[in-house]
Amino acid sequence: MKGKSAAVSFIDQLECPRTELLFQESKPLYNEDQAVSEASRCLFCYDAPCMQACPTHINVPLFIRQIMTKNVKGSAKTILSSNIMGLSCAHICPVEVLCEGACVMNHEGKEAIHIGRLQRYSVQWAYDKQMQFFTKGKSTGKKVAVIGSGPAGLSCAAELVQLGHDVVVYESREIPGGLDSAAVAPYKLFSEDALKEISFIQKIGVEIKTGVSIGKDLSISELEQKHDLIFIGIGLGRDSDLGIPGEDLSGCAGAVEWIETIKRTNAFDPGTVRNAVVIGGGNTALDAARELKKLMVPKVTLIYRRTESEMSGYKHEKDRAAQEGIEFLFQTIPLEILGHNGKVDGMKLVKIKSENGKLTPVSGSEFSVSCDFVVKAAGQEKLSELFSEVKNLTVKNGLIQVNPETLQTGSPKYFAAGDCVSGGEEVVYAVADGKKAAKAMHELLMKEK
Amino acid sequence: MADISINFAGIKSPNPFWLASGPLTNTAYQVMEAFDLGWGGAVWKTVGIPIVNVYSRYGGLNYHGSRLVGLNNNELITDRSFEENYKEIYQVKKKYPKNALLVSLMFETKQEWKEHVKRAIDSGADGLELNFGCPHGMCERGMGSVVGQEPKVLKEVTGWVMEYSTVPVLVKLTPNISDIRDPGKAAQEVGAHGVSLINTIKSIMEIDLDTFSPVPSVDGKGTNGGYCGPAVKPIALHMVGSLSRMPGWKTLISGIGGVQTWRDAVEFILLGATSVQVCTAAMHYGFRIVEELNQGLSDYMDQKGFKSIEEFRGKAVKNFVEWGNLNLNYRVKAEINPKKCIECQLCVAACDAGGHQCIHTQENGSRVPYVDQEACIGCNLCSLVCPVEECITMKEIDLGKPYLTWKEYQKTAV
Repeated sequence: MKGKSAAVSFIDQLECPRTELLFQESKPLYNEDQAVSEASRCLFCYDAPCMQACPTHINVPLFIRQIMTKNVKGSAKTILSSNIMGLSCAHICPVEVLCEGACVMNHEGKEAIHIGRLQRYSVQWAYDKQMQFFTKGKSTGKKVAVIGSGPAGLSCAAELVQLGHDVVVYESREIPGGLDSAAVAPYKLFSEDALKEISFIQKIGVEIKTGVSIGKDLSISELEQKHDLIFIGIGLGRDSDLGIPGEDLSGCAGAVEWIETIKRTNAFDPGTVRNAVVIGGGNTALDAARELKKLMVPKVTLIYRRTESEMSGYKHEKDRAAQEGIEFLFQTIPLEILGHNGKVDGMKLVKIKSENGKLTPVSGSEFSVSCDFVVKAAGQEKLSELFSEVKNLTVKNGLIQVNPETLQTGSPKYFAAGDCVSGGEEVVYAVADGKKAAKAMHELLMKEK
Repeated sequence: MADISINFAGIKSPNPFWLASGPLTNTAYQVMEAFDLGWGGAVWKTVGIPIVNVYSRYGGLNYHGSRLVGLNNNELITDRSFEENYKEIYQVKKKYPKNALLVSLMFETKQEWKEHVKRAIDSGADGLELNFGCPHGMCERGMGSVVGQEPKVLKEVTGWVMEYSTVPVLVKLTPNISDIRDPGKAAQEVGAHGVSLINTIKSIMEIDLDTFSPVPSVDGKGTNGGYCGPAVKPIALHMVGSLSRMPGWKTLISGIGGVQTWRDAVEFILLGATSVQVCTAAMHYGFRIVEELNQGLSDYMDQKGFKSIEEFRGKAVKNFVEWGNLNLNYRVKAEINPKKCIECQLCVAACDAGGHQCIHTQENGSRVPYVDQEACIGCNLCSLVCPVEECITMKEIDLGKPYLTWKEYQKTAV
């Protein structure tokens, strides 16, 4: 059987140089003075709204108070006890709509406490000092397989290991982390930091086997034989196609695939792109557009089929994109990607109108724009057919169906969480659900004695 | 515009703001700069037999992002020669005849006092301040606060000065005693023209958690220092008020302790102080703060219609009473303005822990708490912890009953 040993440092496997290193962090690390001063602003609310707003319910007032009193180690432990991916989440959480959005300071017209930056200060401080807070629990002899090393899988694995179970995480790719290490905008989180966090999860006792594809390298029946329970956290698949002519031209890429290219390799040459178009209205589309702009692409246009207010991307991200000079074309869809010598050189578009929620092209409104690079951010394919042979495991619209309380699937041996269940949500929700599943799995494992 | 000048037992000053004796008044350079910027007066750093100081002299108390909420120091009196001091005092007084220049003195023997009272006055001192307050270092040598702690000794030494001095004499009092009225009475009985209070409070600022040394650390060891700054103002106000309301009290007061702004200064004046001495605030921000002090005081007086400081000096003294004279029939209850509430629920936590458990969260899911009016005892805690001005106010409830003191209540109870 394939599979690299857990002792391997995945950080060493990152290609260098790689495009992501051209980016600057949008929220640089606080120094001690900045952190203490920011922490001092916190009111230490009772039944704090920030803590309620966090899907992992980190005790925010406590960890901020610990930073204020210079017990940074204690603050990191507070954070990581609730959220084992506290470093990633500090970098990438949409705090504007979660903890910081709930901060009572907003009600007084004051700036919300910068909870995300304080959290990053704390966890990074601890990790830079190689602090390890958690260890494997007393062995129960139970074996669990976690499929997929994204946030849901790692969160589930970390929890189960602390409860004393033997956990192996199977990852089909060579580098673990899922979208967290491969597809987060580099100005929010670098691959290396995501992998650094994973190395601390490995040190708890989570074994990660990369390069193992379930169904190919390890059959479902083998998997079931070897493990008492199985957690599925496989996320989503490749970028969805638009289903229009020209998608195979050179210079047309899927958003997740392209972001991974710039995060992991040096293969993308931004100097060759003068005029890029991003198709989509979600956060991935906004990320891709902002990344292109930050890579000094002169003209970046985001094209979305509905109106501005219907965009699923966060308003704060959209506003930043607009400030950075990204142009928007709303109520427009691409009809064809035009090419020359096998390379993208334009796009044929049509305006769209909405009638009773139904989108229809406006006849005669076709027009063309020139562009030399196209990023498709119209969602991702579903991967769940992998488990079609598992009896009673229900998949609906490509998403695995679970009991919302326990995250158990129709097949009692299988639990699932993350994007393969939700269809695509923030990392912090995957972390919360991975942990929630772990608790239910633990209960079941201990009952089975 | 209001007249903010004062006359302190014959010492005239263009405004009530004097730099307190200390590091700020060590040299002619400093005092002249201060006078140029608008300080009314200065009390020269204590002249005595020159001492040697240690290195690392100050410790600061920071709180919630605010620096120097409190300050402590272990610096002693002047380390300069008599000649240097008296020469510079002369230069300052000559250049600034309209500003008040007092000289702080600290000696041991009657002979020394006699000599230096004369030398200070000959140098141009408008008044003398006797340092019976310094709580560190000098007290170990039988001077400073040990004199202020013994009314008999205070009286005797002050008596010597009164005998030789031709200018007003102020006795600087230490707060490191059980009742400020004892040294206050002693100073009045011996005929001092004024008292200055409070001097600094004995304190240990901080213990270093790694070296286990008190801070400021002098080669791994620390001593008690003198505590001052905004944090001591309430203690100082109480002591000033205690003297002012004492029957038969007529000695002038120079108020000291945590004055940072004109508002603080007005509080001291309302409790009876004629001049106000400042140290920490100018140590922190420089002499330029006097501009705000002068302007603020003047604007306040204009707003209130006070033409002179004497018009409002001591106005709060009659309201500073013993507990037994408070009105038992007065009621206030907390009221939360939901429009201002930012939903932090600090009032809920505080009332639950330290109040009477009468602020509750609503069952309808709103985070705006409400006050159980029946249970509220009007303690104020909620309004103090609330981070929003005027969000929680204490509303008066008229019981329709007359003023009833504890003393009267006891009679009716019997």
